[in-house]
Amino acid sequence: MSNAKSLNVHPGMNLGYGEGEHEAEVKVFGFWVFLMSDLVTFGLVFAIFGTMTGATAGGPGPHDVTNLTSVSIQTALLLGSSFAFSWASLSMKYHEGRWRTLFYLSFAATSALGFLIVEGLDFMHWIEIGAVPQRSGYLSALWALVGLHGLHVAAGLLWVGAMTAQILIFGLTDTVKSRVTRLGLYWHFLDIVWVGIFSMVFLAGIA
Amino acid sequence: MNSLFGRLSWSDLTLLDFFENPSVDTAVASTASWMVVIGAILVLGWITLTRSWGWLWREWLTTVDHKKIGIMYMILGFVMFARGIAEGVVMRTHQVTALNGGFLSDHHWAELFSTHGTVMIFFVAMPFITGFMNYLIPLQIGARDMAFPMLNQISLGLTATGAALVMASLVFGPFETGGWTAYPPFTGAAFDPGPGPDYWVWAIVISGLGSMFSGMNFAVTIYKLRAPGMSYMHLPVFCWTALCTSILLTFAIPPLTVAGLMQGLDRLLGFHFFTNDLGGNMMNYANLFWMFGHPEVYILILPAYGIYSELTSTFAAKRLYGYTSLVWATMSIAVISFCVWLHHFFTMGQSPTINAAFGIATAIIAVPTGVKVYVWMATLWRGRIRFTTPMVYMAGFFILFTIGGFSGIILANPAINYQVHNTQFIVAHFHNVLLPGLLFAIFAGIHIWFPKAYGFRLEESWGKVTAILWIAGFSMTFLPLYVVGLMGYPRRSSAFEDPAFMPYMIVSVIGAFTLLVAFAGLVGTIWVSVRNRDRLAVPLGDPWDGRTLEWATPAPPPHWNFAVIPEVNARDAFAIEKVEGRPYVVPDRYRDIHLPPNTMAGFMCFLATTGFGFAMTWWIWWLAIVSALAVLVWLIVHSLRDHPHVVIPAREVHRSNQAWVEAIDLATPVTRDDESNERNRGYAATDMAEAT
Repeated sequence: MSNAKSLNVHPGMNLGYGEGEHEAEVKVFGFWVFLMSDLVTFGLVFAIFGTMTGATAGGPGPHDVTNLTSVSIQTALLLGSSFAFSWASLSMKYHEGRWRTLFYLSFAATSALGFLIVEGLDFMHWIEIGAVPQRSGYLSALWALVGLHGLHVAAGLLWVGAMTAQILIFGLTDTVKSRVTRLGLYWHFLDIVWVGIFSMVFLAGIA
Repeated sequence: MNSLFGRLSWSDLTLLDFFENPSVDTAVASTASWMVVIGAILVLGWITLTRSWGWLWREWLTTVDHKKIGIMYMILGFVMFARGIAEGVVMRTHQVTALNGGFLSDHHWAELFSTHGTVMIFFVAMPFITGFMNYLIPLQIGARDMAFPMLNQISLGLTATGAALVMASLVFGPFETGGWTAYPPFTGAAFDPGPGPDYWVWAIVISGLGSMFSGMNFAVTIYKLRAPGMSYMHLPVFCWTALCTSILLTFAIPPLTVAGLMQGLDRLLGFHFFTNDLGGNMMNYANLFWMFGHPEVYILILPAYGIYSELTSTFAAKRLYGYTSLVWATMSIAVISFCVWLHHFFTMGQSPTINAAFGIATAIIAVPTGVKVYVWMATLWRGRIRFTTPMVYMAGFFILFTIGGFSGIILANPAINYQVHNTQFIVAHFHNVLLPGLLFAIFAGIHIWFPKAYGFRLEESWGKVTAILWIAGFSMTFLPLYVVGLMGYPRRSSAFEDPAFMPYMIVSVIGAFTLLVAFAGLVGTIWVSVRNRDRLAVPLGDPWDGRTLEWATPAPPPHWNFAVIPEVNARDAFAIEKVEGRPYVVPDRYRDIHLPPNTMAGFMCFLATTGFGFAMTWWIWWLAIVSALAVLVWLIVHSLRDHPHVVIPAREVHRSNQAWVEAIDLATPVTRDDESNERNRGYAATDMAEAT
């Protein structure tokens, strides 16, 4: 165990010996910095949403756009996706073969895809009832915030696809491991943002 | 045809304006437009005629070397600076004819002050400071390159995209008319359906992303790639200011991106973030924009402070006085800069309590700035000052920047701010801090580090005259604006009615032409120096008796910067090496050096995002989709291929380092008295009684 620890400069990876460790550490740290910046972006969109909750201009309000069943399903799917990703990270760390990692990654991806589909259904419902972003400042802010998160998830899915291809082509090399680690950070980060959305936008909206 | 080019049509070509409707106004617009087209053709033709495309592609456009990327930022800054200056001179000339009118149309005037501000802040000041940080950070901390060399190139590509879009607006259609801040709802779709504000939105959002990535890259480089032994309190001061600037970039650019994208959604898809109706709230824009905009001021000025710090200690031949307090001052400024943004709209009607809080925060930021000024003064005190060009700029800076700082403290008081709000007083204030503060530092910095980058010094006589022209030109152009501002002359106004402003306008326009001559002086300095480069050569790399690690390399430094990564155990690492009598150590053993390979990522991003920005401005949807897909597909394909490092064999490193060290052994050190003449080949004698 102590031997395993000494090999792990970054706790999420198992990179083996040599120069690769420092390089990977720099890259993961850099990605944390990016996430902090992205968090500021989300924070600002949250803040704008906060100032516009009352700006419904007589149009649909929080009660009309909140479907708690759908939101719960989305939450379960996204949290489940994040959970599956943790298993992918762990198997990448403790197992040599690539298939186990790919197996969990496929769960993470399917689950996230499910999240996007359910969210898309919500969006379609909003359009049906006239809750389009052009209707009011409140709805603009709602669509921007939820949509920005959805776009992040979609981009993450593309990234999972690219990483799957890389794992198939290169195997779990140090470079690939470092990239999967960063993708993992991104994936869990999106979960945290979603917790914010689901409590501040949907729960607080109808409370 | 119409759908293929979106809403772009022949009538949007500014080139033809003059021929359709001849007047002084359209002549100015069409001339600018033709200058862009002819300039582009000349440059491309010249590259083709000299058969330089291959060289340009291999050595510059695909390079990931931080030094070359830094130089490209500087070149971009210079090209845009020429435009910014030209616009300034046209505007001043208009103002002198503006008693009850003027030779430009109101719309053209509004475009001019909008592009001038946008160009100067985003595409002159930002590339200049990013260029300096790119060039200096890895050299000063003893690293081989940035933490993310490819991202660095992409950042440059994104910045160039913004510049390209603003240049395109000279040829195709009008630019935005709401100033560099582009306040909606004036810039909203209801008042201005486009394409001007769209140019602004996409130029700013795309280049902003580039700046944000640069900030992260610099921060991670400084955090993680410092040479062994270089603790934070051993960092060169410039790196401290660069670190604080990087933190500001990382956190302050997101508000700009968010504001820009929301503005874009309002304009393109009919959202209601900042509109007048249906719950839109323009104050959100003001808050977001200045949450970026105020830290931006310090993003620009902090690296300039870094340059002044290196300048005083090098040219006074003394250790920087009060290093620790300077570091604390820098950090304090970085933090407080986020607490003052509301002073940009004291008069918009928030409560007096809020105004007071932001007024106090604004006044407080003058304290660490004052600390810095005293640190520089104390460093110069009893130093053996050489009054070379950088010191001329420093002298101008000291006096003029202090005046600008004081006018800032005056403005920090909300009650006074109500009186001078939106007058020329404000124009005088921010030019007063940005010109002597930022630009003088850049020019001084160019004189200091140009020999490092190119291996020859700049001509001193030309440099000094140019510096004096900048100081005189600045004083004449902008100091009179304080007076007319107090007399009640509004800013951004295309005409005025009070004849009492006229004398000041005349002084101001003379100043503007002086600044134009000063710019020519800058170009002339470089031109003359290039011609005399053999006489001015300093290949040995340390012409000014420098104190930090970048001077411990040949000029220009090899691609890999250092033959071996230096070990550091004190501040002013190179000066300490010299004190201990062991600079230019020959290592026991050379190793292979691994460097990242060239890539076309940055250039691809430049092409695709320029296409995207242009398409979004003119509603050419197919082009927008193609460009966005191009970036995505390219990134994925790029990630699926292997990119082996370039290996510089130990033999080659040995040969190159040995040759340099031997050349130093053969040379005689020059004293400071000979610094400006041709005996200075870049091997400075060190008088360490003075130096430490």
